[in-house]
Amino acid sequence: MSAISPAIFAPRSGPLSRAVDWVIRHPRMFVFLMVLPITLWLGIVYIGALIALLIQSFFSIDEYSGLIVHEFTLKTYAELFRSYNLDIIIRTVSMAAAVTLASAVIAFPIAYFAARYARGKWKALFYIGVMLPLWSSYLVKVYAWKLVLAKEGILNWLFAKLHLTWALEAALALPVVGGNSLSVSYLGTFIVFVYIWLPYMIIPVQAALERVPAPLLEAAADLGATPGQSFRMVLFPLAMPGIVAGSIFTFSLTLGDYIIPQIIGSSRLFIGQAVYTQQGTAGNIPLAAAFTVVPIVIMGLYLWGARKMGAFDAL
Amino acid sequence: MHSDNRAPLPLKLAAAGGLFFLLAPIALIFVYAFTTEEKSFQWPPPGFTLKWIGVTLNRPDVWEALFLSLRVAAISTVIALALGTLTAAAVARSRFFGRETISLLVILPIALPGIITGISLRSAFSLLEIPFSTWTIVLGHATFCIVIVYNNAVARFRRTSGALIDAAMDLGADGVQTFTLVILPNIATALLAGGMLAFALSFDEVIVTTFTAGQQTTLPIWMLEELVRPRQRPVTNVVAMAVVLVTVLPILAAYYLTRDGEHTAGAEK
Repeated sequence: MSAISPAIFAPRSGPLSRAVDWVIRHPRMFVFLMVLPITLWLGIVYIGALIALLIQSFFSIDEYSGLIVHEFTLKTYAELFRSYNLDIIIRTVSMAAAVTLASAVIAFPIAYFAARYARGKWKALFYIGVMLPLWSSYLVKVYAWKLVLAKEGILNWLFAKLHLTWALEAALALPVVGGNSLSVSYLGTFIVFVYIWLPYMIIPVQAALERVPAPLLEAAADLGATPGQSFRMVLFPLAMPGIVAGSIFTFSLTLGDYIIPQIIGSSRLFIGQAVYTQQGTAGNIPLAAAFTVVPIVIMGLYLWGARKMGAFDAL
Repeated sequence: MHSDNRAPLPLKLAAAGGLFFLLAPIALIFVYAFTTEEKSFQWPPPGFTLKWIGVTLNRPDVWEALFLSLRVAAISTVIALALGTLTAAAVARSRFFGRETISLLVILPIALPGIITGISLRSAFSLLEIPFSTWTIVLGHATFCIVIVYNNAVARFRRTSGALIDAAMDLGADGVQTFTLVILPNIATALLAGGMLAFALSFDEVIVTTFTAGQQTTLPIWMLEELVRPRQRPVTNVVAMAVVLVTVLPILAAYYLTRDGEHTAGAEK
């Protein structure tokens, strides 16, 4: 609207019309009025709350009285590096990395097929097939997996029918990732994380692949590349920005989630759960605040790296 | 890109397997809603019954949670529509100081993990001694709903030609008329789609809500309590099915609305 020249207006009557005209003739004022509400809302409600939280991470808690000491200190941050807390951080980051890797591997063929081969009815089916799980209720999806992974549930039944129970038991016998059953092991947590965040990976990868011209792959083949070579040297590099864009979601969402590991998984904590228990039952808001800084810093570094790889153009 | 070749078989299998992985668990919800088994998640279900739908309909706690969720989603959507559209109009149509900052600021609440939004609001409420109420939930929800409306509206504003607005004003329409007769019809479907997605997002939100609800129970919080400590599995099964229907129908509607809205008047600039 800044392009409007004020000369074309005839004066109008009525206070409202006149006020509107005045605002439109002053583009700076117009823009100011348009962005004022959002600035106030996000500035006060969101950024204000965020800053209040960050400030609290520099406070500490008195070990005897349990009261918060309102003095600047880095003591709370030092606590993050105790082995117990460090384990939580390492556990969460490794899970986020594994989930991101698995999502990329599973998402690629779906996105590639949808981008290159699907059309008409199939294209619509792929679209709905990705959008439906993306937008279905998060808790219902977790609940669905509780049904799937239950001891008396469909997965164990399927393994028994296929006489593959031994394979499942071998997987559960693995150190660290295994456990008594899928619903109380890291393996279970991992499967559910991959399921819940997979659509966030498919969409940007598909968007990146849609932009790859098909003749490029034909040219690679004509010039003697094997399918494997043209994947490695042509397709994959061009899909990379999409994968990085998707990984921002899978990584960030896994870092902050505290519900999935609480419902399906072992009792060992993830960052989200640590934050939740520290601010809730433990009443240690400074430590909870310091814990939330960990995903903020990791995501900040991640976004900075992703930006360098051009991932934002693929969103 | 598009190719006329047939897809290689391994690719077909991998893509079909992926789709099955995505959709099968949701289909399972619909089966379990009718099972006769009460104490476990037994598969295959020993029998089918409609009994639990009736039982669920007579549960006051489910209804209360549902109404609270609907109320919060409706108010948050209205706030998000107003703020999101204004911001989108400003960002899409003009360049000004702080434009980049504002577009980053809008995305931040969904780029950062929900737990951060939740705990910051919670600690702000306790610092300011604000008691928990419907409005504390709305405050959190509207914050991340804005970006949904904003994304839809900004895309539409970019496709709508600014010349339309100039033309309307040249022809004598005042600001209000230009808005109701020219701008609004052009962005209406985008707003409807954005509003429905925002509604679905708010209706379903649990992570931020656990921090801002206090003792109140929205439907997702009701579900979460059942997930952590299952008490009435059959009722939970039915509620899960209902929630899928409530969130999925707006999604399908939004898909058809924005698909038809590809061709906007004056889009060719």
